Amino acid sequence: MSGHVYTEDHEWLAVEGDVATVGISDHAQEQLGDIVFIELPDVGKQLEKGSEAAVVESVKAASEIYAPADGEVLEVNEALTEEPGQVNSDAEGGGWFFKMKLSDPGQVADLMDAAAYKSFVEG
Amino acid sequence: MQESESGARHTPLYALHQELGGKMVPFAGYALPVQYAAGIMAEHKQARTQAALFDVSHMGQLRLEGDDRVAVLEALVPAELAALGPNRQRYSYFTAPDGGILDDLMISNQGDWLSLVVNAACKAEDIAHLQAHLSGDARLTVEEERALIALQGPAASAVLARHAPGIETMRFMQAEPVEIAGIPCRASRSGYTGEDGYEISVPAERAEDLARLLLGEPEVEASGLGARDSLRLEAGLCLYGHDIDRTTSPIEADLAWAIQKRRRAEGGFPGAETILKQLAEGPPRRRVGLRPEGRAPMREGTRLKDGAGQDVGHVTSGGFGPTLGAPVAMGYVAAAAAAEGTELQAEVRGKLLPCRVAAMPFVQHNYYRG
Repeated sequence: MSGHVYTEDHEWLAVEGDVATVGISDHAQEQLGDIVFIELPDVGKQLEKGSEAAVVESVKAASEIYAPADGEVLEVNEALTEEPGQVNSDAEGGGWFFKMKLSDPGQVADLMDAAAYKSFVEG
Repeated sequence: MQESESGARHTPLYALHQELGGKMVPFAGYALPVQYAAGIMAEHKQARTQAALFDVSHMGQLRLEGDDRVAVLEALVPAELAALGPNRQRYSYFTAPDGGILDDLMISNQGDWLSLVVNAACKAEDIAHLQAHLSGDARLTVEEERALIALQGPAASAVLARHAPGIETMRFMQAEPVEIAGIPCRASRSGYTGEDGYEISVPAERAEDLARLLLGEPEVEASGLGARDSLRLEAGLCLYGHDIDRTTSPIEADLAWAIQKRRRAEGGFPGAETILKQLAEGPPRRRVGLRPEGRAPMREGTRLKDGAGQDVGHVTSGGFGPTLGAPVAMGYVAAAAAAEGTELQAEVRGKLLPCRVAAMPFVQHNYYRG
């Protein structure tokens, strides 16, 4: 998706100033398969880059989603609690997980753009 | 069976799985599809509403012959086999001297021999176990050159009847030779989904023909191991290595129904003393169904606590039940906590989440009993 940047853990971020919207990439949802449950962080939680921020459960297994940067959780996508399948149908849009206030926007400056992520995935 | 560079064995349907876009994963030494493009949820619902085709060729197909075949096998399993009629099939398990379970299996009386279908992961040990206990004129053959295809779902019988007229009259747990579109097979009306359906043993070189024929029917889609697991979980069926193993007794596992009357009276299988004592006195813990109250799945290994916070057991299989649209699990809990409706707490990622002991199957079995 244009404007999104990506981590090697298959998360996407849409960064505006010091606020980032975070979700998992379309490629990631495809790999996970049918998503049946998402555990989101509490609003106000201080995330540390690389720490567990959310959990995604497919029919088969649970996968951790790691914080892409340090910062505070500002808002979570409550709709996913009732409709986790939105991540399958619209991973990089309506399937966003949470918004966070970046402590250091420099931490996300080097993330991959869509083209770089595409070649990363295709290996 | 062939072997790939990664060491995982291929079933006779390997090329077909790849052609169908199967996502291949290693399972019990075989490369098998965990799902196809449709995904686990759709493949699961396919089996509940129409018909799903599964490749279960990784399972061991064994042939026990000779006049002493019944005596040999009755010495290793607690099933009544002397009175198992021709073309009848029965579920059983190999027991250990301490009362644990070595593997579970299907046994059918094929007339002058017994067919055994065992789990892939236990196959080598089962064969060694059987060979070590052969006596008299009993002989064991491993049917390496056969595939096993399961067709499961309410449409399975109508689909098969187009190519094997009369197959629709077979009853649940009936097993017999049958020609399907001219292919010599052995079918049993059974499965691992809780649905009506068949498991079809077919010569390896005809397996792909049979699979393509069935997949060509409008009601049939290919389903993978993922759906097979969620289907059997909803049906309350045990998965060896998870819900039952060497540390669980059949009584704890709630499988006493598979020990028929004469065997209860006579014993004569490994661990009989321990198992029959537990049957009489009640086991210290029991396999039960669990329904989480929220939406979070409770996976294998999740600890379970009672209202007072005391540890009472753990989950052995857990996930999401696509038919129920809700998480389901099974596990072992102390006898005092095993009554249906008992409220328990499951420790999921450090949080205690409520769940309730529930009757199994979670989804009603839909077997054809004639």
